[in-house]
Amino acid sequence: MSLQMDMNLQGGALIVRLSGELDHHSAESLKTSLEQAIEQGRCRHMILSLKHLSFMDSSGLGVILGRYKQISALGGKMVVCDVSDAIYRLFEMSGLFKILTIEKDEASALSSLEVAL
Amino acid sequence: MTQKNEFHNYMRVQFASISQNEAFARVAIAAFVSQLDPQMNELTDIKTVVSEAVTNAIIHGYENRPDGLVTMTARIENDTVYITVEDNGVGIKNLEEARQPLYTSKPELERSGMGFTIMENFMDEVEVTSEEGFGTLVKMKKRITSKKALYN
Repeated sequence: MSLQMDMNLQGGALIVRLSGELDHHSAESLKTSLEQAIEQGRCRHMILSLKHLSFMDSSGLGVILGRYKQISALGGKMVVCDVSDAIYRLFEMSGLFKILTIEKDEASALSSLEVAL
Repeated sequence: MTQKNEFHNYMRVQFASISQNEAFARVAIAAFVSQLDPQMNELTDIKTVVSEAVTNAIIHGYENRPDGLVTMTARIENDTVYITVEDNGVGIKNLEEARQPLYTSKPELERSGMGFTIMENFMDEVEVTSEEGFGTLVKMKKRITSKKALYN
């Protein structure tokens, strides 16, 4: 039930696939891992795939917003893909959908970064 | 009028103020509310609001101290579920401010400040009472639509 993550570097984009549940409990370790990946310059852009994320609450919004700020400050882009209806509603409610790039799936997320890569 | 379809139930759980119990609270509330045969999105809404309220109790009420107790109750009255989440922590100084979207008392923790806003959006009614030094009580109510037909 906890959170698993799988990272895969493609070009200059780090694809992070999350599965399980993203809440306050699991947010901390996700924050640390993503923060490190960005700080170590392992990627210019980040694609967050939520395809297998079965639950997320406002703690997830906090982590995503934090990484968006971090990566934007370094001139990179953050794309979120495979967002469920439930999670999309949280993005809408918080206004995050206005600043995040949201794509249907990994392929379209990658091609949206094509120009930037 | 027949009272055949009347259905009442109640549960109460109490657990330590540690973040592992956020998932426990979600599983417990989902199992209890499942008796009303809710739709998937209704169940997700209820799990989300419970997650928010329990997280608030742990982070803000008990300021991450693991020795506090969080109490969750749920009552079913026909097609409506009433949920409470209570802590005996530090309480909220300014409730009006705390309920503002995007407000967070702990910006250093990378909180989104959306907890109460999510509760208000996903539930029919949300009532918060808090007293500094004594704790916070969140009361929420939601009518489960999928069973509406039975009780009309």
